[in-house]
Amino acid sequence: MSTSPVHIETDVLVIGSGAAGMYAAIEAARAGCRVLLIDRSLIGRGGATVMAQMTVAVALGEEAPDHWSHHYKDTLTAGRGLCNEPLSQLLCEQGPECIREMEAWGVGWARKDGKITSAFAPGHDRPRCVYVDFLNTGPAVSKTLRTAVYKLKSVARAGDLCVVDLIKSEGEVRGAVAWHAGSGAPVVISAKATAVATGGLTRLYRRNSASANMGGDGYALCLRAGAPLIDMEFVQFFPIGHLAPRLIGMDPIMWDPFRYKLGGRLLNRDMQEFTDRYGVTEDGRYVITRDLGTYAILKEVEAGRGSPHGGAYLSFQHVPEAKLREAFGPVIDRLAANGIDLTKMPVEVAPIAHYHMGGVAADVRMRTEVSGLLVAGEAVGGANGANRLSGNAITEALVFGREAGRTAAAHAKATKAVPAPNGAADEAVALIAGDGPKEVPNSAAMLQRLQAVMADDVGPLRTEAGLKRALAVVADMTAALGDRPFGDGGRFDMQRLDWFDLRNMLTVARSVTEAALARTESRGAHQREDFPGMLPEWRLNQTVRLNGGRLEVSRPPAPRTEVAAQ
Amino acid sequence: MTETATLKIWRGEDPAAGRWEAHAVPFERGQSVLDGLRWIRVNKDPSLAIRFSCINANACKECMMELDGETVYACTARLEPREMTLSPLSNKTLVRDLVTEIAPPAERFAAERIAVKEKP
Ligand SMILES: Cc1cc2nc3c(=O)[nH]c(=O)nc-3n(C[C@H](O)[C@H](O)[C@H](O)COP(=O)(O)OP(=O)(O)OC[C@H]3O[C@@H](n4cnc5c(N)ncnc54)[C@H](O)[C@@H]3O)c2cc1C
Ligand code: FES
Repeated sequence: MSTSPVHIETDVLVIGSGAAGMYAAIEAARAGCRVLLIDRSLIGRGGATVMAQMTVAVALGEEAPDHWSHHYKDTLTAGRGLCNEPLSQLLCEQGPECIREMEAWGVGWARKDGKITSAFAPGHDRPRCVYVDFLNTGPAVSKTLRTAVYKLKSVARAGDLCVVDLIKSEGEVRGAVAWHAGSGAPVVISAKATAVATGGLTRLYRRNSASANMGGDGYALCLRAGAPLIDMEFVQFFPIGHLAPRLIGMDPIMWDPFRYKLGGRLLNRDMQEFTDRYGVTEDGRYVITRDLGTYAILKEVEAGRGSPHGGAYLSFQHVPEAKLREAFGPVIDRLAANGIDLTKMPVEVAPIAHYHMGGVAADVRMRTEVSGLLVAGEAVGGANGANRLSGNAITEALVFGREAGRTAAAHAKATKAVPAPNGAADEAVALIAGDGPKEVPNSAAMLQRLQAVMADDVGPLRTEAGLKRALAVVADMTAALGDRPFGDGGRFDMQRLDWFDLRNMLTVARSVTEAALARTESRGAHQREDFPGMLPEWRLNQTVRLNGGRLEVSRPPAPRTEVAAQ
Repeated sequence: MTETATLKIWRGEDPAAGRWEAHAVPFERGQSVLDGLRWIRVNKDPSLAIRFSCINANACKECMMELDGETVYACTARLEPREMTLSPLSNKTLVRDLVTEIAPPAERFAAERIAVKEKP
């Protein structure tokens, strides 16, 4: 194939149209820039934002007094000493403003007696989590932002554009090269400022809550462009992901909102509550944080006390039908269609990969180490340290998105002309348009193999032997992938898409695994069976860089000193 | 004997010149048609084109196609142990196999809509 690339120019390019990307686009446009908002999927539908079901953590203080500093303190505590404090502060301090702006745009946060109401979620010192009923937070957030974007004439939007590489020339990022899925053609986008808002990486794991677009593209894109990543070893597992019986049309993290509203009891094979064995007494309330919940369930299974499918039971049998209906109305019918009557039976749950605490290193203005390159949302590492509080991710996406939009606009305005790629786009264009090899392995099966290895050996409980096993498989698979994209390069060529996905996912898998291998202690979401304790000398953040094809993990010479939250 | 679902799938890039392909998929209760299609990609033919993002949540609304002539979401349509005929949406422009152009025009990539420059 020899398609010559289409070339587009814009002031600000935003990659990814989740909450972070859309807010960034809105903010950059409000500051007077021409913005191009692109997504590998359809606009506003491809990532985690539209899938989120509940709670956004924010110190609104509407129903009862609250202040961002309390939220900040809880965030730092949950982060087990590793939060990047300025980023955490930004999240907590600016959260209320963004949440109120969302309200003004019509998101419809649930209200009680006229006031925006807040739910209590584990790890928060008071009810702090706003939501949209029923299980509709993500779709409402996404739709609201999509409508706000729609009203701005200076934002052009285009889906089916998968960014394959950033354009880096003369030390700065100057846009990106994308593969247009609909035609198979390469598209070169030149921009004065580029914001990566591509979301997380949980598609790396077998059991996950991810969409098909969450293989960590942004981490790989930024690494290849020379920007470092931090905290890559901290992948959050959501403890009570749905396990059995099989359900259709329900997201596996659906039990989180059920627990928020109704408590519920987490039980082992013997129908006994067990989290107290691991230091947290729940007693039918929902108080266990995600790292501890994951640990407790996996250890209970290991001890032979798991539920039949290898998890724990979650029971709402003590909750009257009327109360279930009041809390979840139509969802109860959807469960019934799947043969589930919560008044009569427990369900089985087990940890699933859910969110990434690590990500691209950025300052409070969302600038990376590379000029012209900004990040936003889950793509950013650091705000949540070693473990994230429920509800912090959407706030993070909104606040960081807005900030990235502002900084991108300022950078674009200070840049006279849209910089030319100067040949720096050619390699990616050639990859997209090139002929694939004749004989290729099954790309979808390769993806599944990578997910299995990551789940088995780089999951919540890790050992040196397992991590090394994973690195060996990743190396094998990288060799098998080769340097020529699979497929025919035609329309919606899924083999080619898999190839681009694997190229990124293998790099990101390596980043997570190398960082996990280097951290010889246990903390938050990173639990080493061979190094069980949390050590003061490990109160530091590891950095991953790509240097001429080699991944380098480094850490500062001394641990961080205590910074007390107010 | 394990039960199977037979997915009869329309393949091609030209609405006038497609072909039908049938795949037997192991049947398990509680699977969706999308699960079946993803099984085919992993175990039989990774070139099968399908559009989907969220897989289970029924949130992205991208997996629309026709099942026995009726429009469905592949992720909420139940896989059944019988022959199920899958074809692309007949009222949308075909892209490939089961994928059609479903984005609103203002959210599609169209070079002419976005300021285009000559090749550098
Ligand atoms: C099922 C689920 C439920 C959740 N529930 C909650 C909750 O209740 N509360 C909470 O606070 N958090 C929740 N989270 C986490 C939260 O939703 C996310 O962290 C947040 O939405 C991330 O927003 P984002 O804009 O950074 O990324 P996303 O919303 O994931 O958007 C990223 C976008 O980038 C696109 N993209 C990726 N790669 C490329 C590429 N190469 N080229 C072009 N585009 C690309 C994707 O298609 C996607 O549309 C949940 C997550 C999941 C998965
Ligand atoms: S895959 Fe998202 S709605 Fe079907």
